[in-house]
Amino acid sequence: MSQNLEKIKSPLDMEPLTIEIHEVEAASRSNTARNDLILMAVFSAVVLASPWVLAPFGAAYPDLLQRFCIFGIFAIGFNIMFGLTGYLSFGHAAFLGIGSYAAVWSFKLLTMNAIPALFFGVVCAGLFSALIGYVCLRRAGIYFSILTLAFAQMSYNLAYSVLTPITNGETGLQLTLGDARMVDAAFGVERTSSLPITNLFGIKMSGYEGFYLCAIILIISFYISIRIFRSPFGMMLRGIKTNQNRMSYTGINTRPYLLAAFVVSGMYAGLAGSLMAVTDPLAGAERMQWTASGEVVLMTILGGAGTLLGPVLGAGVIKYFENIFSSFNKGILHSAFEFLPDGVADFMVTITHPFVGEGWHLTLGVLFMFIVIFLPGGLMEGAQRIGNLFTGGGKSNADSRSGQTQPAE
Amino acid sequence: MAILEVSGVNKRFGGLKALTDVNLSVKESSVHAIIGPNGAGKSTLLNCLIGKLEPDSGVVNFNGTSLLGGITPHEINQLGVCRVFQTPEVFGDMSLLENVMIPSFAKHDGNFRFNGWGSIAKRGEVSEEALSMLEEVGLADQRNVITDSLSRGDKRRLELAMCLIQHPKLLLLDEPTAGMSRADTNNTIDLLKKIGERGITKIIIEHDMHVVFSLAERISVLAQGTVIVEGEPEAIKGDPRVIEAYLGGELG
Amino acid sequence: MDAILLQILNGLDKGAAYALIALGLTLIFGTLGVVNFAHGALFMLGAFCAVTVGKFLSYEVVTLDPSKLTPWGTPAETRTPIVQQWFGDFGAFLVDYSVPFSILFAIPIMLLIGVIMERGLIRYFYKRPHADQILVTFGLAIVVQEIIKAQFGANPIPQAAPVLLAGSADIGAIIGFDPGTVVYPYWRIIYLLFSGLIIGIVFSFLQFTTYGMVVRAGMADRETVGLLGINIQKRFTVVFGLAAVVAGLAGVMYTPILPPDYHMGMDFLVLSFVVVVVGGMGSLPGAVAAGFLLGVLQSFASMNEVKNILPGIDQIIIYLVAVVILLVRPRGLMGRKGVMES
Repeated sequence: MSQNLEKIKSPLDMEPLTIEIHEVEAASRSNTARNDLILMAVFSAVVLASPWVLAPFGAAYPDLLQRFCIFGIFAIGFNIMFGLTGYLSFGHAAFLGIGSYAAVWSFKLLTMNAIPALFFGVVCAGLFSALIGYVCLRRAGIYFSILTLAFAQMSYNLAYSVLTPITNGETGLQLTLGDARMVDAAFGVERTSSLPITNLFGIKMSGYEGFYLCAIILIISFYISIRIFRSPFGMMLRGIKTNQNRMSYTGINTRPYLLAAFVVSGMYAGLAGSLMAVTDPLAGAERMQWTASGEVVLMTILGGAGTLLGPVLGAGVIKYFENIFSSFNKGILHSAFEFLPDGVADFMVTITHPFVGEGWHLTLGVLFMFIVIFLPGGLMEGAQRIGNLFTGGGKSNADSRSGQTQPAE
Repeated sequence: MAILEVSGVNKRFGGLKALTDVNLSVKESSVHAIIGPNGAGKSTLLNCLIGKLEPDSGVVNFNGTSLLGGITPHEINQLGVCRVFQTPEVFGDMSLLENVMIPSFAKHDGNFRFNGWGSIAKRGEVSEEALSMLEEVGLADQRNVITDSLSRGDKRRLELAMCLIQHPKLLLLDEPTAGMSRADTNNTIDLLKKIGERGITKIIIEHDMHVVFSLAERISVLAQGTVIVEGEPEAIKGDPRVIEAYLGGELG
Repeated sequence: MDAILLQILNGLDKGAAYALIALGLTLIFGTLGVVNFAHGALFMLGAFCAVTVGKFLSYEVVTLDPSKLTPWGTPAETRTPIVQQWFGDFGAFLVDYSVPFSILFAIPIMLLIGVIMERGLIRYFYKRPHADQILVTFGLAIVVQEIIKAQFGANPIPQAAPVLLAGSADIGAIIGFDPGTVVYPYWRIIYLLFSGLIIGIVFSFLQFTTYGMVVRAGMADRETVGLLGINIQKRFTVVFGLAAVVAGLAGVMYTPILPPDYHMGMDFLVLSFVVVVVGGMGSLPGAVAAGFLLGVLQSFASMNEVKNILPGIDQIIIYLVAVVILLVRPRGLMGRKGVMES
């Protein structure tokens, strides 16, 4: 080792520096890059193969798979704001709703092609989040949460009342036969007697085709989020979460960083919303309610806020169990507990019944509390703890929460 | 030439006069110590210099720019003022290396740059600078450790590194050696002496007279919000007013 | 003029509910430093105390009366509430006055719920970040709401005000306007008086008892009070219980105005938060004043004259006010400087 020692002039021209340390750093950097590549590859493979991977779990039908992807995108975006900066927004569902409305209007006015719909969804949500973020980010902490909540409730109320010409109120915005679809008309797309379906240059956007569009967009979204996590920008956001005062005294103007993060995550929400409309062309105001915002918060913390994979995992778990649990009824429960003695089986059914079917939200609430109380780092932290048990308790790694994998000595 | 000019600064908190007509003139490249009993207003004065507090009246000029009137803390830092706090203000959840890289980015990229697509790994100059800075304060071995697990003395050294990497023109040190062992204190003194050679102006608040007299070229004594004496260390040492301020009048 | 008076009156009762919830929120935030997203659930639980009492009291027995016959020749059925059968006229009185009677039932229940909540959950979150407090109480609110939904169903359950108070007062006629212009239900008057009473009790408790003094001192400076050797933990529990009772009673008495359903808590919570923010985080008079103010403002915004000029303003006025206040005067109308400003 000592042969490698070589004097390097430090910027302040002080002590001799060993080249060895630099080599370790360079190695760990390329390690991070290599690990990210592996993560990307595995993630893409699992997402694209999910119709087969998830088949044994009874989750391999396009509707549910689409929802996995869409809420995955939503949660990834939310994580960029909440996970990196620690600013808890209770209004992200508003951007999701705006994305949906914009997409449906694109179908109605322009074309049934998905691309413009996605484009307008993202752009509109981005514009709105810039506006709302500009106001809300003037305050921090719980004030920020309450402000975003107030804005989301405001948009929801407006969508139900004054904005009915745009949102079609309680009925929700739907396609009609009489829609203009100017671009389609200009290209001579035939009008049919039934409602047209969304497409991507002729490929219909329902079923597995729709899923694959969602899957590809999810993979791209995930890649962008890795880039952001690994960028100086992402580092600044984490700095804001850890110690915003120090950021200011370090010469960083935190507000534009926060606003940029807010807009990016708002655009993600808009993307998710417009994908919802692409796979099922209608939009309703209930998507904007603050309970919907609460759901994406739950997905993110369930998986692990501030981790790369956590939010997608959280979204998948919640949507999966929502699907399973809400389809349960007494009959299914009885057959599930059949193996138990009669009295015990009845008892189990009575105990579990309030948590399934209509009672799915109860399970959700209990899960929510459980995670916040016992596992604030979410499933990713849980997995890591279990991993540490097996490896004999790994040393606390500086980057575990940020999802980086630099070796700690 | 004075790099920092403080004149007639007043600050009240309700009925309490924290600072009364404080004047201070700090020469470029000098080490200026502010001493005084607890509650004399030393930290309040520093807070007025970094935009944390706005004085009720007075003038604070740094290099010809006013540090008052709506200027934000980050703008003040970008002018070249950096502070080491009494209770270390570091990024507790992050590694030491990241702690030093953030100020380095602030130096290179300014107060805002949306580089969400660029990679930290591609900014080798930043991480190398950060690493040699950690080397300099003796924390390089722990570069990947989470900062929260450091001792208070180490956190303070880290904070010093975070300031030094920005090559500040004026460094404000609020009790830089509190909570350090004698050996670490001496190391810190050596370090501060070394950076003194590079012409960074320093203001030091310190209770440890050993530190004060080994570094300071000029000393201001603050008591009850006013500067009671200012002068060379040797003159301060024997001044009866200083002794009175520290021990209280009745001991005379 | 009469229209304005009517709007003020209409806004006041809603404002009173906001004020009572916001009062509890502020007490909890000021003393415990906790942001309680489950406070709306307490309001809703109070309302369901009234529903439960009403249900028990109106439990009916069917008797056959052979002296009267139905058109089919069978003895007529009469349904009598069981309490009435037991206690006669007093029973009938109880059935009629089930809502005010529920107060007696709701006070111990809400106190118990509050104490259990604080001891069992909230106290573990004093030192956690505000985001965690928001999240865990939000989770709790969902759980409580869903349990109520499972027990009582999703539909609103109307509760009747006592017959004597079911009518309306022609306030306009009393003070010299044309009769019939300003008509205000008796029960709403009762609600206003009741909330005034509760607010009065809470304030005198804080003002005139040593216990209250400690609580106020705790709101001003929690750490110092802890250092004085006062068992601050016990006080926290009592404060939380008190806030729960206030919210619960607000809920009980509101049932004849708005039929309770499982999500009424959430609806009121969002608005009450806005009220707290507008009034000033940590300021009790601010919370009360802002509650009434926003209630009245909302009522004005729903006047047709206003809606014609600014369509939809009634839906968003409260939020709009909150946004403007937060931007112009971040610490709210009466907030102290330095509370949660960083």
